[in-house]
Amino acid sequence: MLNPLVKQVDPNMYRYDEFDAQFVGERVNQFAGQVARRLSGELTEDQFKPLRLMNGLYLQLHAYMLRIAVPYGTLSSKQMRKLAHIARTYDKGFGHFTTRTNMQFHWIKLVDVPKILRELADVEMHCYLFCGNCVRNVTADQFAGATAEEIEDPRPLAEIIRQWSSLHPEFVFLARKFKIAVGATKADRAALQWHDMAVQVVKNDQGRTGYLVMAGGGMGRTPYVAHVMSEFVEREDILAYLEAVLRVYNQDSRRDNIHKQRIKILINAIGPEEMRRRVAREFEELKRMGTLQLPKEELDRIAAYFAPPKFDTGLSDEMPQAGKDFADWVNTNVHAHRAPGYAIATITLKTPGQVPGDITADQMDTVADLMDQFSVGEVRVTHDQNLVLPHVRKKDLPAIFAKLQELDFASPNSGLITDIIACPGLDYCDLANARSIPIAQKIALKFADLDRQHQIGELKIKISGCINACGHHHAGHIGILGVDKKGVEFYQLLLGGSGAEDASIGTIMGPGFGEHEIADAVERVVNVYIAERKDGERFLDTYRRIGMEKFKAAAYQEAAAA
Amino acid sequence: MTKLIKSGAYAQDVYARVADDAALPEGPVLVSLARFQKDRDALLARNTPVGVRLQASENPESLGADVSHFALIALEFPKFRDGRAFSWARILRTRLGYTGEIRAVGDFLFDQVNYQHRVGFDAWEVPDHFTIEMFTKALTEMTNVYQPSTDGRTTIRQLRAAARQSGPIKS
Repeated sequence: MLNPLVKQVDPNMYRYDEFDAQFVGERVNQFAGQVARRLSGELTEDQFKPLRLMNGLYLQLHAYMLRIAVPYGTLSSKQMRKLAHIARTYDKGFGHFTTRTNMQFHWIKLVDVPKILRELADVEMHCYLFCGNCVRNVTADQFAGATAEEIEDPRPLAEIIRQWSSLHPEFVFLARKFKIAVGATKADRAALQWHDMAVQVVKNDQGRTGYLVMAGGGMGRTPYVAHVMSEFVEREDILAYLEAVLRVYNQDSRRDNIHKQRIKILINAIGPEEMRRRVAREFEELKRMGTLQLPKEELDRIAAYFAPPKFDTGLSDEMPQAGKDFADWVNTNVHAHRAPGYAIATITLKTPGQVPGDITADQMDTVADLMDQFSVGEVRVTHDQNLVLPHVRKKDLPAIFAKLQELDFASPNSGLITDIIACPGLDYCDLANARSIPIAQKIALKFADLDRQHQIGELKIKISGCINACGHHHAGHIGILGVDKKGVEFYQLLLGGSGAEDASIGTIMGPGFGEHEIADAVERVVNVYIAERKDGERFLDTYRRIGMEKFKAAAYQEAAAA
Repeated sequence: MTKLIKSGAYAQDVYARVADDAALPEGPVLVSLARFQKDRDALLARNTPVGVRLQASENPESLGADVSHFALIALEFPKFRDGRAFSWARILRTRLGYTGEIRAVGDFLFDQVNYQHRVGFDAWEVPDHFTIEMFTKALTEMTNVYQPSTDGRTTIRQLRAAARQSGPIKS
C-alpha cells in the first residue's frame, strides 16, 4: 500500500501501450476460461497442467505456486506495492525472489488466480513466459543503465526479446525450457555463460556496436558452459540470429529422453562447429526474408523508454561518513555509478538466519518507499536473490542504510560467504530431494561474525535441493547439492564453480555429508583456504591454484574423526 | 472417431489411409514416407491426389523436389508436447514453397490450434468432442501477434508504426 508521506515515482522503464495491454488482457481472459473449465471438472488435472504451466502456475507440495515474471529484473515502486498487496491478500504475507529474478508465491488458491492475474495486468505484469518448454523470462545485468562499465543499457534488447518470444508460435513447445540472458559489460553479473542462449553487447574492430551470441550453457544433471555461436551479429540482424538458433534447436533436439533435450546436449553432441553451420543456414534464409530485421528506429524507440533519469548535477562525489557499520556496508554493497555523486546500492535479502530471497509484504512496501524517495522509483532483482537500488545519491546512502537496518536488510554481505543462493528445496518443491533453506540458514549463522566474513572475502555458496540445480550449485565457488539416500538427506560438496565472466563448472568432492555435518565441512574447507591463500587471492583463485586434494583431506578427515 | 476441420468448417476427408503393406485403393491416398519412398513411381503415375504423412522425426526437407507432387502433407503430433511439426510446417511453406494442404494429426490440444494456424497448418483432424465453436475461439482469443510467421499477419510492431502515422498511441 502507498505510504501517504511518499510520492510514487514512475521510473524510466518500458511502459505498455494499447497493444501490449490488450495482449496481456486477452491472455488473462484465456487463462481465466481454462481455470473455470478446470474448476467445473471439464478439464482433468492432466489436461490442465500444460495450460497452467504456460501461465506460471505450478502445483507444489502444499498448494499452487504462482510465478510472476519480472522481465530483466526491473520493477517499479508501483509494481512492488502490487506484489506486497498480493502477498497480503492471496498468500501468507510474503513472497520469494528466485534465481531467474522472478517472484514466487507459494500458497495460492486456484480460484484466486484469474483475479491475481488481472491485478498484475493493471501494473503491466504477467505470468506467462515461464513454465513449460518455451522461452522463459529474459534476465539481465542488475547494474544495467547504472554502471559506467557498460557499452549501452542491454534492457532495450531484453524488452525486444520479451516481445518477440511472447507466445512465439513455432517455439511454445520446444524440447525443453529455454533461458536467455543479456549483458553489456566485461564483468558478468547475469551468469551469461550458464544460459541456453545469451547475448552480450560488444563493439567490433571498427568500433561498431553489435552483439556476441553464445548458446548451450546450462546446469541440471549435465552442466555445460556455453559456446560462442557468433562473435558479432549486427544490431538489425539480432532477432533473425536468435530465431535461427531456436529453429535449429526445435528441429534437431532429441525428444526421447527428458534429461537429454536441452540445447546444451544438442550442441555438445554435434559439436559447436556443426551447430554454427546449421544456425548460419537458417540465419541466411531469415535475413533474405527480411521479416525479422530490426530497424534502427525500432531499437531507438524501445531504448527511449529506458533513457537515463535526470541526474542531479553538482553533487559531491565523496562518500559520506556515518560510522563503522555504514562503512562496512558501503564496502560490500555499494558500487560505482555512471553519474558523479551517485551510487548503486545492493540490498541483500540474506541477513544470517533469513530465508534467501524471501521478503514480507511490509518489507516490500518499505522497499517501495525507498525506491520512490531515493532511487527514482526503481529497483532491480538479481539472480543471486537480492535487490538493487540502481540510482541513489551518495549523500542519501546513510538514510537508506538506516532504513534497511530497521528492515533487517542491512547486512554488509553482498558477494560474501553468507550471501548464499538457495532454491526453495524440499520445504516447498516436489522435485527436491533435500531441504536447501535450513542448510543456507545454518551456514550463514555459522559465519555470521562480520569481521570473519570480511576477512574471508568474496566467496559464493550456492545450494540446490536436487540435481535440477535451481540453486546454481555447479556455479558456486562452493556448491552444495542435496541428494536423497534411502530416505535420508545428504549434501555433496562441489568446489571451483563460477557464474561470472570466468565461468567454470564445480567439481564434486566425493560422498555427501549428513545434514548436521555439512556446515562444519564447509567451515573446514574455508579454513584450508585461509591457511593456503596468497596475495589477496579469492577462495576460487586458491582452489584453482592448489586443486581439490587439501580441501578434500580436511573436509573428510575431521568428519571421520568427529 | 475423428473429424476434419478445414476453412473453419467440417469437411469430408477424401483420402484413404493406406497401411504400408496394403494394396493401393482407387482414389486419393495418404501414405507414410516409407511407403512413398518405396512406391514413389507407381504412386505418382496414378494420376490421383497423393498425400504423405510425416512423423515428428521426419523433416519435410527429405522430400526434396517431390514436395510439389503432394496435395496433402499430414504432420503428426505424437504427443502434444512434441513441437517439431511447428517447424516442419513453417519449412514447408517458406523454404519449400509448398501450397497444398498441411493437416495436423495426432495428439494436440485445442489451445495449440492458433499456433498451428500461424505457422502454416490449414486442416485439423480433431476428436469428436472438438466443435467448430471451440475452433473459432482458439483462432480469435488473441487479437494481435508480436512476431512475423508463415501466416503473414500484421505484427504489433507494424500496427504501432501505422498508428504512429495517424497520431499518438494510447498507453
